[in-house]
Amino acid sequence: MKTLLILGAGTGGTMVANKMAQELDSQEWKIIIVDRDEAHYYQPGLLFIPFGIYGPDDVVKPKRDFIPRNVELILSAIEVIEPEKNRVRLRRDNQVINYDYLVVATGSHIHPKETEGMLDGGGWRENIFDFYTPEGAAALSRFLKFWKGGRMVVNVTEMPIKCPVAPLEFLFLADWFFHERGIRDEVEIVFATPLDGAFTKPRAAGILGDMLEEKGIHLESLFNIGEVDTKKQVIRSWDEREVDYDLLVTIPTNMGAEVIVRSGMGDELNFIPIDKYTLQADAWENVWVIGDAGNAPTSKAGSVAHFMLDVIIENMLRHMEGLKPLPNFDGHANCFIESGFEKGILIDFNYEVEPLPGKYPLPGLGPFSLLKESPANHWGKMMFRWVYWNILLKGGEMPFESQMDMAGKWQ
Amino acid sequence: MSEDILDTVEFDDEGFMVDASAWTEGIGQAIAEALEVDLTDRHWLVINYARKEFEGNGEPPTLRRITTQTDVSMKEMYKLFPGGPAKIAANIAGLKKPTGCI
Repeated sequence: MKTLLILGAGTGGTMVANKMAQELDSQEWKIIIVDRDEAHYYQPGLLFIPFGIYGPDDVVKPKRDFIPRNVELILSAIEVIEPEKNRVRLRRDNQVINYDYLVVATGSHIHPKETEGMLDGGGWRENIFDFYTPEGAAALSRFLKFWKGGRMVVNVTEMPIKCPVAPLEFLFLADWFFHERGIRDEVEIVFATPLDGAFTKPRAAGILGDMLEEKGIHLESLFNIGEVDTKKQVIRSWDEREVDYDLLVTIPTNMGAEVIVRSGMGDELNFIPIDKYTLQADAWENVWVIGDAGNAPTSKAGSVAHFMLDVIIENMLRHMEGLKPLPNFDGHANCFIESGFEKGILIDFNYEVEPLPGKYPLPGLGPFSLLKESPANHWGKMMFRWVYWNILLKGGEMPFESQMDMAGKWQ
Repeated sequence: MSEDILDTVEFDDEGFMVDASAWTEGIGQAIAEALEVDLTDRHWLVINYARKEFEGNGEPPTLRRITTQTDVSMKEMYKLFPGGPAKIAANIAGLKKPTGCI
């Protein structure tokens, strides 16, 4: 009996478990998936919690509901991965699991401690919040409900971050939310980012930058935060620029899981170096990495994990047969960007092609406008939660291909 | 005199060297002078580290990588290369512009 071990039962790990349970012969293979907690969060939904659009209960379900019956789910933290010895040691009972193949899907997480004064300055969850954790999003929701207005600064600490469009969506939704509450005139909104514009890719950055301006959101670019000074209520950059805030919404440094550090498998941000086209770990041929646990230079987002899925499954199956993995992952990312007032934008891009305007042809549902606001894109985004729970996690057929298609895009 | 050296070197539109292997310390010195950076031992430590990294994996190191792999702190990096430390260090080291992020 051989063992396929999957670490992490989030978006990537759950999808791999479902697909591999269909692909592998259960007489020959045992599939085990390990995660430290029971709750599966629909992470794109966290964005809506601060504005009361979703409540905390709307974005969570038990992980167990999404793991197939012939896959063993173990709830435990992971002590260490020993890839040279093909084994993993768990916290629970010091259990050791020997594996033939390992899939790492341990994700990325926020680290507010990396910035001086953020966590230890006395302002955390008083007037400094994140929205990348269920607790942070809920705490910010309580704060915003009664806030009378002032200067709100949204700050990206450093790249890369999980879902690079989420900070923009937060800004657009905040503009809408304060309008609805009738206090938009009382609120100044500032976006401080280490990038030289609103987004990482030039054409999208131009269009999204114009939208910020139209909505009266001030862009503070090339801002690399060095510290939060909670006494003066300013964030200060390494080159001594100061931006003052009444409310600071931070996207802290994102890093891979602690177990990756303990296991000596990661780079300086705890991301595992992988081949960006095959998704195989650089250092161990039976270790494969899906989603934001790896260092592939693409967006760290669920849509990307989804587009990685078919490639990683095919490549592992090939490897099991002694064949070479195929360089088929093209960095494809696809995001609905919520832009407020029941509208949204859709962007579609990969390693080589930046987001372009045009139409995204989706059989039965589309077309959706690319890089342009439309109500259909908003409904696409809202509908996606259902798609996520009911189709995507279970490895079901989705109406789009892993590789990006140029059809409908204007070049 | 250093300007003469730069005439022999090919740069891209943003002023980064096209061929990293054509770099010499003299060229690095000349680029630094053009950028008004006075090179000290600490600068050279960063520049040499960046070149070593690039030889290893074909990418100039990120700011975080420099500050975790050498004893140069983030604050010092901004003092040594004001404006955009990782970018300016790569520039002087004759490397391509760091792609940074996605």
